[in-house]
Amino acid sequence: MSASMRTKLGVAAGRSAGWLSRTITRGQGATISGRVINAIAPDALQELAEGQRVTLVSATNGKTTTTRFLATALAAGGRTVTTNSTGANLASGIAPTLAKAKGPGEAVLEVDERVLPRMVDPLGVELLVLGNLSRDQLDRYGEVHALSETWRETTEAHPELAVIANASDPHVVWAATPAKVTWVALGLGWRSDAATCPQCGALLQWSVDRFDCPSCGFGQPDAPNILDGTDLVLDGTRIALSIALPGSWNRANAALAVAAAAHLGVDPSVAAESLDAVTSVAGRYMSVPLGDGRNARVLLAKNPAGWTEVLQFLHHRDTAVVIAVNARVADGKDPSWLWDVPYELLRGKKTAATGERRLDVAVRLRYADVDYEIEPDPIMAARALPGDEVHIVASYTQFSALYRKHGHGR
Amino acid sequence: MSDDKPRDSAVGIGLIYPELLGTYGDRGNAVVLVQRARWRGIPAELVEIAAGDPIPDSLDVYIFGGGEDDPQHMAAEGMRASKANIERAHRGGAVVLAICAGFQLIGHRYVAADESVLEGIGLVDLETRAGSPRLIGEVVVQPTENDVWGELGTPRALTGFENHGGRTTLGPDVTPLGNVLAGGGNGDGSGVEGVLEERIIGTYLHGPVLPRNVELADRILAWVTGGLPSLDATLEQSLRAERLDAGMSKGARKWWRDRMLARG
Ligand SMILES: [Zn+2]
Repeated sequence: MSASMRTKLGVAAGRSAGWLSRTITRGQGATISGRVINAIAPDALQELAEGQRVTLVSATNGKTTTTRFLATALAAGGRTVTTNSTGANLASGIAPTLAKAKGPGEAVLEVDERVLPRMVDPLGVELLVLGNLSRDQLDRYGEVHALSETWRETTEAHPELAVIANASDPHVVWAATPAKVTWVALGLGWRSDAATCPQCGALLQWSVDRFDCPSCGFGQPDAPNILDGTDLVLDGTRIALSIALPGSWNRANAALAVAAAAHLGVDPSVAAESLDAVTSVAGRYMSVPLGDGRNARVLLAKNPAGWTEVLQFLHHRDTAVVIAVNARVADGKDPSWLWDVPYELLRGKKTAATGERRLDVAVRLRYADVDYEIEPDPIMAARALPGDEVHIVASYTQFSALYRKHGHGR
Repeated sequence: MSDDKPRDSAVGIGLIYPELLGTYGDRGNAVVLVQRARWRGIPAELVEIAAGDPIPDSLDVYIFGGGEDDPQHMAAEGMRASKANIERAHRGGAVVLAICAGFQLIGHRYVAADESVLEGIGLVDLETRAGSPRLIGEVVVQPTENDVWGELGTPRALTGFENHGGRTTLGPDVTPLGNVLAGGGNGDGSGVEGVLEERIIGTYLHGPVLPRNVELADRILAWVTGGLPSLDATLEQSLRAERLDAGMSKGARKWWRDRMLARG
């Protein structure tokens, strides 16, 4: 049997398996179907990527949104785009995405941080877009530093590879430097996972706008591109990022996407203007009717860095807040991060602690001097809170459950 | 200090090197001590000692938390440099709460998998060697009955979450924090967890440990301030009960599994 015959059979078998998975378990069909494809045709990825110019997008936080932004920007620039819009970002999710390509064009693929090094060669990647690295699931020990090292091994093996990278994240800078990097300074965010220098282990020094190692000279590279408030300054040209998605973290995602689109030859102002049309990405910021005329907005927060950004956003709004936390494997089984995140920012707001770990959340809120109710179900909790605006901030499996139930256009 | 003289200054809860020793919500332990003091009308303040700065001898509680490899090495350096201050403060009545990496560093040394040695401050007679597998999951510990607990007496069973590869062995005259009812604990085969000395608690329990076990938090506060007015702890006790349940059911399952395996 020829390789392409096996690939076609594999894709067909994979589609059936995906359909079964979606029908029976309501699982992520794309992930299951990709496993089948990979088992039947090991060369499938390489073959499926033929004719595609492949960009991989990875980060701890924001990779799904950045991928959507970049795909949208390339489409606005007249390109034919294939992208994994369901967020299935393992090898097994990428294969069925590529199998759906209608012809040659751009493939914009979100890829899991751990999987990225194994994808670069088989996909013949043209461009990497690297956002940030922070701790994700605490029970996976030593992860951030190790991930940064595996990314660096990849760029060391591909010094000619083009990379768009966040200059404000020490782990990303360490990982990207050996390749041909276009730096974008996205501003300093979560720094608790980057206390020490990735190169020599000394204590990093942080100022308002940069980090430096006093010991070995490692530090924030000068970036020609800078996110400045709601504008991206791209090689000296100021471009307004008018996006519908909320929060500074989404402006950072947009800035990376526009810089990547510009690298791929799309007019950056065309790219930037197109992003306004993105109003919800895989359920992030979806609106759920509460049945009393009000809607709740749903935000996903997967890890301490993500929670901190979301809380800073909510702090400035007149909104009630539901905190929905589980501690299953996909959330991380250790919710001690609750104490690393500044819930004090919710003082003065009405809040509710929900989800399977609602008691941990309630205790955290009590010690933050925040008013809280306790209620198992996030929608019931949102209904019981007063005010015109309600936000539900959910950990991964809480978010997935809400998305399955209330998400549209899956 | 345990005399009941009125204090002339706020209780200083020291969070030592939070950038380095703050992996598992260690700030939570400091926040709980500060709030439980304040809610009783006792002025208290959280004092952060930044990495690279000397650790002063003026604090009432010294919290050393968890950290990964490079940060733990840097923290050890700073702790050794300030060893005399920490010892002086402890002799003068201050409390040491040391968790995970911090627990290992109040001992003599940590011996890594490659036999390299990281020297601790030797405040307590204990030593840790790297081991595998990592011990990860819910832990339940029955605290040791001991006079050092003071007037409040021995706290009830403690719940926490552990995540460590260390195998810690206590010296012959050293008392453990308690016996492991579920989970790994010190992991050296002795079936015990942590260390308990006068005004010193070392443990692998995070969670963090004090929000889940406010009885332990109150004993630490009482060591510093003397008698404590009672405080409603309904919410904290329901969290503790839920986590004890989760930890013990896992422990019970493991007990049955081991039994079945032993029988073949
Ligand atoms: Zn350095």
